[in-house]
Amino acid sequence: MNQDELHRKLIAAARRNPPSERVPLSFEKRVLARIRACPVADYWGLWSDALWRSAASCVAIMLLLGAWWWFNPASGALASAPPASNLSQDLENTVLAAAESEQSLDLSR
Amino acid sequence: MERTETDLIAAVLGGDTASFEPLVVKYSPRLFATARRYARRESEVEDIVQEIWVKAFQKLGGFRREAPFEHWLMRLAVHTCYDFLRAHQRSREAAFSDLFQAEEDWLERFVSQPSSAAEDADAARQLVGRALEQLSPPARLVITLLEIEERSVKDIASLTGWSVPLVKVRAFRARAEMRKVLAKMTKEKYL
Repeated sequence: MNQDELHRKLIAAARRNPPSERVPLSFEKRVLARIRACPVADYWGLWSDALWRSAASCVAIMLLLGAWWWFNPASGALASAPPASNLSQDLENTVLAAAESEQSLDLSR
Repeated sequence: MERTETDLIAAVLGGDTASFEPLVVKYSPRLFATARRYARRESEVEDIVQEIWVKAFQKLGGFRREAPFEHWLMRLAVHTCYDFLRAHQRSREAAFSDLFQAEEDWLERFVSQPSSAAEDADAARQLVGRALEQLSPPARLVITLLEIEERSVKDIASLTGWSVPLVKVRAFRARAEMRKVLAKMTKEKYL
């Protein structure tokens, strides 16, 4: 039997008989009803919800740490730390150390 | 004044779901014809077309208007039909022993005198449907698009998302698979 001829004939038969384009009655109403019933994923809404939740938990953690620092007697050790003005002076000296050493070299020449 | 497709799509994206209805009315006949190529039962065909429309609605925001809406929708339709074929590939029929009398008569006519077996016969259409059901999902999709719908390889690549060489490879394999199925069909009947 000629398989290629059978293949050609069957494909030709399929081409000659295209499927029907008939649409069931009020199909569009069913589609619309199904679409309306499906919850649409609102990605921006989900993202903003997650942001608000994380902001609230961050505030809660901040308040807890603040309370802990305020009421914990060990945190008093921080009071013995050098005053902020000394700290800023030290920082300035460190940052400007290179510039000052260059300046002193220029003066020595 | 009748609204254009662009207006309707913009309205749907703006939250007016009712504007989707004219698009459903306009393109459903084409989608039904496409789905009927891959599913036999009417209930399955309806499910496929509904699935296509729900996907189209959900993904409408991703429609870039670079190609016409119809092309975008047909790509979605082909993908949905392919998913349907893959989901139902286990239920493919395994034998040709249950051919109807008309189909057997057509095959017998073809065997005795090939030219007497008419291409426009309903039995031939039924037989090709049975043969296609035996193919793997990619083979069935390629044979349908390339040989029955007579689309170009480039067109198939665009519809399926496969590369042009992949379409060619799958077409080659699909023809080989089809030859095997036809050989099995004739062997079961005449050997």
